Amino acid sequence: MTAIKRIFIANRGEIAVRIIRTCRALGIETVLGVSEADRESLGARLATRTVCLGPSPAAESYLKVPTIVHAAIGFGCDAVHPGYGFLSENRALAEACVENGLIFIGPDPENLEAVGDKLTARGHAEAAGVPLIPGASGATVADSDELAAEIGFPMLIKAVAGGGGRGMKRVDRREDLAAQIDLAISEAAAAFGDGRIYVERYVTIGRHVEVQIISDGETVLHAGERDCSVQRRYQKVVEEAPAPRLPHKLRSGLLDAAVRFARHIRYRSLGTVEFLVDVEREEFYFLEMNARIQVEHPVTEATTGLDLVEFQIAIAEGRPLWIGQQDIRTSGHAIECRLNAEDPENNFMPSPGRITQAWFPSLPGLRVDTHMQPGAMIPPFYDSMVAKLIAWGETREEAIEVMRRALKVCQLDGVKTNARLHEAIMNDAEFRRGGVDTAYLAGLLSAVAEGEKSG
Amino acid sequence: MVEFTRKDIEDLLRLIDGSDFDELKLEMGDLKLELRRRGSAPAQGASAKQAFASEPVKGETETKAAASAPATTDAPVIASGGGSEVPAPLLGTFYHAPKPGAEPFIRIGDTITSDTVIGVIEVMKLMNSVSAGVDGVVTEIIAADGQLVEHGQTLIRVQPALP
Repeated sequence: MTAIKRIFIANRGEIAVRIIRTCRALGIETVLGVSEADRESLGARLATRTVCLGPSPAAESYLKVPTIVHAAIGFGCDAVHPGYGFLSENRALAEACVENGLIFIGPDPENLEAVGDKLTARGHAEAAGVPLIPGASGATVADSDELAAEIGFPMLIKAVAGGGGRGMKRVDRREDLAAQIDLAISEAAAAFGDGRIYVERYVTIGRHVEVQIISDGETVLHAGERDCSVQRRYQKVVEEAPAPRLPHKLRSGLLDAAVRFARHIRYRSLGTVEFLVDVEREEFYFLEMNARIQVEHPVTEATTGLDLVEFQIAIAEGRPLWIGQQDIRTSGHAIECRLNAEDPENNFMPSPGRITQAWFPSLPGLRVDTHMQPGAMIPPFYDSMVAKLIAWGETREEAIEVMRRALKVCQLDGVKTNARLHEAIMNDAEFRRGGVDTAYLAGLLSAVAEGEKSG
Repeated sequence: MVEFTRKDIEDLLRLIDGSDFDELKLEMGDLKLELRRRGSAPAQGASAKQAFASEPVKGETETKAAASAPATTDAPVIASGGGSEVPAPLLGTFYHAPKPGAEPFIRIGDTITSDTVIGVIEVMKLMNSVSAGVDGVVTEIIAADGQLVEHGQTLIRVQPALP
């Protein structure tokens, strides 16, 4: 076990500030590597020391593995925290850290390999007895009966060589299957020069539910689940814990499956196992495992009272977990809204610029993770998230009420934000009922657009 | 509580001066002291430690200043972009000469052109040569040999040639 004394933070924005928060509490010094655009950022002002890695584009600064490792060694750091995004699940950085005697605050390169590509991860899930979406490759017309029995309807036929939605066919009825397979094979052969097809179960109503894992390699704990179904183009917008109106059987099933998966690959760090919940069939399927701290980790912290970054650092130091599953008790309900500098009225175009006013007063039940302050600059080079509002209440209704207040009270001027979209979600009857699916937000957005046209 | 005086520091400095060591770290109670010989590679970010405002250094203020002064590397001078300062094009360790003991690329008073190599910056054993980017006469070499420089940090000053 090595006590970490000085951490190099290879990230920016709110997560850099979030990591500094825990480091300060633990008496660990921080060296923050920034790009030219982030020299004056809040993180740069709060870190023990800030160093400029390179020009503003991430490829020339935040993504430069040798520069980050050189700076971490040169400034006497004993560990590197990669945050999320950028190099957080990058094997080259994890390996370079190992080679140079630095602790990578994340899983080891073997763990990253095990979850890094979808196919390998699926193989591990299968071996661990974690349910995958039923499917079959290399199907032919002769397999129709078997496929219909195993996969059921609706079913999706994909061209192996296709991608991004091209060469996909949905089949709803048994009597159409043989003809559709025939058609798909000839179409795939004509379009891609490769007639192989892949068939899988189609989930009409799906929810995105994920499980927070904390593991020291021996003890594997879960810290409950998060529901991240409110998405726009696969980007999470609102997350909450626990998942509302999730049948007990499903909840306990996916918590167990997540622990089983992490144990199977001997995972050691913080991580998140993502599942697709099939609402109609009341089943769930493994999607992937994320080997990093996640954007939405605060909703888990709000309901469990844990500091996940502290656990992540302690595990990286080699400390055995000092709590057991029975010590993790969830209470109440937490919701996170991601505030982005973007223009919802202009197709969510990014809206970079100078912040003239930033006011996030403390309200009962509200936590705000942000790097915004008056005068802060939102550069156009990176993602547009500027703050996370996290509301907690004894019940989900109370948490929603806290969030509605926060959205009314808080102020961020100088750029356009999606704050009004969050208000619309919090006020929407379907969201308030709980348990919306991943298609929900697209529906709400077009309903709002329709309403504006007719009104 | 440990009382640490200016004299103690001076004694320590003499001690390290007469030794083969480039660096000394001392921790006594709440006091942390790092001394490093000028020009030696910064194995530990001494200035980072020094900048940590909340680090409790007890004893008289004068002692604190004296204790931290020898360990401090100058705060990086960020190039103004006025043309007379040559900034580091990347983060890494700056070297004045192609290899230890060799002649430095440039000296004060040298007349240089835009593509004159003024030094190399090493990043994880990869050497990157640094060109002046300006015509003129070298007036000052700011970054020490073997110093870790950040992106944009001033390496040398140049009196630009008249157009």
